[in-house]
Amino acid sequence: MGNVGATEVPVLLSPEGLRIDGRRLDELRPIRIEAGALHQADGSAFVEWGANKVMAAVYGPREVHPRHLQQNNKAVIQCKYNMAAFSVDERKRPGLDRRSQEISKVIAEAFESVVFAEEFPRTSIDIYIEVLQANAGTRCAGLVAASVALADAGIPMVDLLPAVAVGKIAGKIALDLKKEEDNFGEADLPMALVPQSGRLVLLQMEGHMTPDELAASLDLGVRGCREIYEKMKAALRERYAATVPSGGTP
Amino acid sequence: MLVLPGEEIPSQGLKPGPGTYRVGGKVYASVLGLLSPRPPTVRVIPLSGRYIPKAGDVVLGTVTDVQGTFWLLDIGAPRWAPLHMTGTPWDVEVGETEKYLRVGDAVVVQVESLDATGRIGVTMQGEGLGKLEGGTIVRVAPARVGRVVGRNGSMIQTIVRHTGAKVTVGQNGRIWIDGNPEAIERVAAALRMIDEEGIRSGLTERVESYLTRSGPSSDRGPAVAPRESADRDAPPAPNDSDGERSESREEWE
Amino acid sequence: MSEEVTAEILMTHILDLAAEGKRMDGRGPDEYRAVSVEPGFVATADGSALARVGNTTVLAGIKLEPGKPFPDTPNAGVLTTNAELIPLSSPTFEPGPPQPGAIEVSRVVDRAIRAADTLDLTRLVVTPGEKTWVCYVDMHVLDHAGNLIDAASLAALTALSHATVPAKRFEVGDADYPLEVQHYPVECTFVRLGDTIVVDPTFEEEQAAQGRLTVATDENGRIVAMQKGLVGAFSPDDVKEVVRRALVHGDRLRAIAKGGPR
Repeated sequence: MGNVGATEVPVLLSPEGLRIDGRRLDELRPIRIEAGALHQADGSAFVEWGANKVMAAVYGPREVHPRHLQQNNKAVIQCKYNMAAFSVDERKRPGLDRRSQEISKVIAEAFESVVFAEEFPRTSIDIYIEVLQANAGTRCAGLVAASVALADAGIPMVDLLPAVAVGKIAGKIALDLKKEEDNFGEADLPMALVPQSGRLVLLQMEGHMTPDELAASLDLGVRGCREIYEKMKAALRERYAATVPSGGTP
Repeated sequence: MLVLPGEEIPSQGLKPGPGTYRVGGKVYASVLGLLSPRPPTVRVIPLSGRYIPKAGDVVLGTVTDVQGTFWLLDIGAPRWAPLHMTGTPWDVEVGETEKYLRVGDAVVVQVESLDATGRIGVTMQGEGLGKLEGGTIVRVAPARVGRVVGRNGSMIQTIVRHTGAKVTVGQNGRIWIDGNPEAIERVAAALRMIDEEGIRSGLTERVESYLTRSGPSSDRGPAVAPRESADRDAPPAPNDSDGERSESREEWE
Repeated sequence: MSEEVTAEILMTHILDLAAEGKRMDGRGPDEYRAVSVEPGFVATADGSALARVGNTTVLAGIKLEPGKPFPDTPNAGVLTTNAELIPLSSPTFEPGPPQPGAIEVSRVVDRAIRAADTLDLTRLVVTPGEKTWVCYVDMHVLDHAGNLIDAASLAALTALSHATVPAKRFEVGDADYPLEVQHYPVECTFVRLGDTIVVDPTFEEEQAAQGRLTVATDENGRIVAMQKGLVGAFSPDDVKEVVRRALVHGDRLRAIAKGGPR
């Protein structure tokens, strides 16, 4: 947001209503999801979303480290969102910064809202999200990757957790901002949806919106999440189709 | 039928069982797995993830910690399982646990109890349980154990018959193989086939064909099959896991 | 994290097999796992490569930024190498500051790159004593199935040899230009399993190993870096033998690192 010192604002919306990459306002960037991309983790997923590349791995439920975090009645869900040094234009110093820690916290809490953690008392479910290439929307891409990784790890939960950001460019509400749109746009509203209940378990906002715009953004975001949800399910089906008896009727 | 977390399940009046949950009169899957209606309940058998212990399961573990009166075992479950010194065939004195089992030792134990805190009670008292000496351990996904065993133990018996190896299959997907190095190698390769191949009918035949091609025991005929190991080691057959049955059913078609 | 204790009988089995010249995955002692590199994996980097050695995966990214030369080397550019053994890649890694293992990987890779004069550091200097390119090599381990050093070195070399100096972006020049690589050092790692020395160890073989030896060679058959690691010992004859084998593997690995479109 708000790229200080930027002089030239690109034309974010053409007279025909198309965005810089030719998308309509309600259109997602291309998304590719690969479930089970890693070998060591209990579950994993790789997500390419526009020019984002994000890997997620899940370990657990397993013994809690450090032990004092152990909870007697449920699993503790720990998340580490991290950006590779080379994932952004200006090299990022390795290590967790305040932004990464905040994102890790809200993602962990989003998953705590859907995982049946009480099935695994005194254990830890560890979620690792590595942003390898960033182009706006990495927390949503990370959340989607982590959600598929959790399903791949056999973790019981209410639902998968699709996520997307809605923004505002050239005064219009737009789905799934890419970097230039994010830099010069007027608002950014990432959210994660529980499709089963229709509720949001991650919601952040920065920028300027009227109440009407916010309402429209929420509706657009939920529609976007439902579209992503289908892609997440397709990725998991693709990964597991071969392990299921064909045509087996219940 | 493959179901994913959050997908509504046609429950047809059945009660929600493991791997499912109910909200507002509807039943949904909570894990990725196979839908398995078994009146009066409907459940989902997980296709992935860590080993979730059940009382009665025979499992392989590795000692990860030694305390004064017990050892902690990694059995691939969410938590380490304490094996108390009184749960062994030995007469262990307090503080002398390390004389019997050390970190890195491999054991076969049986899951006895599970409590609400996730504590897994295991015992080493029972036939076929104890410390493992020699041989090696390979791993398959816990969800694939049913296929390793096969319908009524058919798969594991085929493997044992063709290789002459001793094989102990843990319900946690850890499998102990003993025998001459060549036999161990062939069993390990057969297990890799089972772990990696998708479900198609005729897997037993393909594994058998590999074993016939790969080794000298085909020349010697099936006489070397050590019966007791086949009996002892194929774990208590159907072991009431529906996933295994439905897979075996497919196998069979 | 001590969760992953490798069973003693598994390690004994690995040693027994090695005594017969065999390995768990069916390889011979001098057989390397399948190797592939994918240059240009990360568009935000100035150079990048994903290297796979069996199931081990390492991603390297290069970033070049203008900075100041060190006061004692006003005519040399700056090269900084960093490896992250992130907990995503193995149940044995913990979150937190770099562990000694990660520091060893980055230092061994760094040593080979530096000693081989892979980059002509003087050519990175813009104004002596004042301004130079700082070249960051960041290695990210994604999947740890053994032999991180070789995989990291392959990823780093491939990334460097496909890198671009972003002169235009930083207004140091009119146009970006390729980073010039003058030599191609690759690491080749062996472990001792009893009397047998095997190349390209898996994670389990590293657990069973009685010593690890890494030899970096360049395209002229020079040995440019070595590292003995883990508990164990090698005789001078062992070392000579390992060097001979490392030269052979090195040529093949180098060809893989050099391959692919720029």
